[in-house]
Amino acid sequence: MKEPPVVYTVTQVNQTIKLLLENTAAFRGLYVQGEISNFKAHSSGHYYFTLKDAQAALSVVMFRSDAARLRFRPENGMKVLARGRISSYPKSGQVQLYAADMMPDGIGALTIAFEQLKQRLYEEGLFDTEHKKPIPAFPSTIALVTSPTGAAIRDMLRIMERRYPVAKIQIFPVLVQGQQAAASIAQALEDVNRRGEADLIITGRGGGSLEDLWAFNEEIVARAIYYSDIPVVSAVGHEPDVTISDFVADARASTPSNAAELCVPDRIELHRLLLSQNAEMTSAVQNRLHEHRVALQTLEHRRKQKTPLGYIQDKRFELDHVTGRMQTAMEQRLLLQRKQFGEMAAYLDAYSPLKVLARGYSVVTNKNGRVIGSSALLKKGETIAIQFAKGRAECTVDQIRRK
Amino acid sequence: MEEMTFEQAMKRLEEIVTQLESGDAPLEKSLALFEEGTKLSAYLSKTLDNAEQKVTLIQKQNGQEEEIPFDAETE
Repeated sequence: MKEPPVVYTVTQVNQTIKLLLENTAAFRGLYVQGEISNFKAHSSGHYYFTLKDAQAALSVVMFRSDAARLRFRPENGMKVLARGRISSYPKSGQVQLYAADMMPDGIGALTIAFEQLKQRLYEEGLFDTEHKKPIPAFPSTIALVTSPTGAAIRDMLRIMERRYPVAKIQIFPVLVQGQQAAASIAQALEDVNRRGEADLIITGRGGGSLEDLWAFNEEIVARAIYYSDIPVVSAVGHEPDVTISDFVADARASTPSNAAELCVPDRIELHRLLLSQNAEMTSAVQNRLHEHRVALQTLEHRRKQKTPLGYIQDKRFELDHVTGRMQTAMEQRLLLQRKQFGEMAAYLDAYSPLKVLARGYSVVTNKNGRVIGSSALLKKGETIAIQFAKGRAECTVDQIRRK
Repeated sequence: MEEMTFEQAMKRLEEIVTQLESGDAPLEKSLALFEEGTKLSAYLSKTLDNAEQKVTLIQKQNGQEEEIPFDAETE
């Protein structure tokens, strides 16, 4: 006789499947490689998606607590490596991968995470130039948020001591790589701000791989830099290394040594500047003194030429003086003229023809009216006129004696 | 002068040089500025020459924060 078939309930089957899966050693912890599709971030915070390859697909669930720790945001089409366990969900019988961790597959894993964070923080405005604070030209106290050991800090101290020992240095020691590094750096940045003693912060570390520098790409550090009231200079790795700290900071230096050079002036240059300033001040004052001397001389000269009021008074005096002299001269001339006139009059009087005539002399004129002073001027029979003091006679020349 | 920070002193000196060079100030003022300027310059120069770098470490232990001298070579 045949035995009747075993009949299981659905529950039993599903439970058995689950047990079988969970008892399979390999399924307890494994890595699965595939492409994400049907990705859904549930409101609960859990991730649900499918990992597929060319031939098959596998359901994946990632619970909230694990999902939150991801360094990147999963997207459809992304090739990933997921770490977790295989089991099934008894209610549905669905076989799934319960992923505990996931990373983008390939060498660019961290790079992708970097790019995504950079983009997100940029969109939030953490890199805005308007937010950046000016770096003080002559810092009094500089806080170094870095490892207290290693070449980086020794180089910075040495360079700053040579260039500008005036600045006081405060070291806030932190871890610069590893899991705890980011939190350590962020805390130190807060401590510097809380103490409020520094007027400049330099944070960074020496060169290393992307993993080594990763702390300076972490969001917590970026935000601590952004919210620092004290200006922050980011100095991570070597010249080609660019970290998110570099974008958020108020200034970037390519290396810690470069930061030391950028952040403090060189005292040799300062001495030179002070010397040239002294020369400028001296020549400026000498010019002023010279100008002043010239101004004084001009004033003095003008005063000698009389001031306006004195000038007028003097001119008036001059005028009066001249007028006086003129008058005197004129009077004298007048006197002289009168005298001369008088003399002339007397002379004329003395020699006046009338006076001469009165003495008995007479004036002889010919018919042309010409006065005849000599008999030589007469011809016998000519008509002449004789003028007496009183009256006149017309005569004819009878005889001429030429003596 | 000692109350001023190095930066404040440098800035004040720069102001004085600019004012003197502009030639706007009357002679009395110019002479006073010159005096102040030379004093500042001497102070700054002396500070630069005599300065010794001071380095400290902020140490945290059991929730306490302490500032202690730091020597790079021995750390």
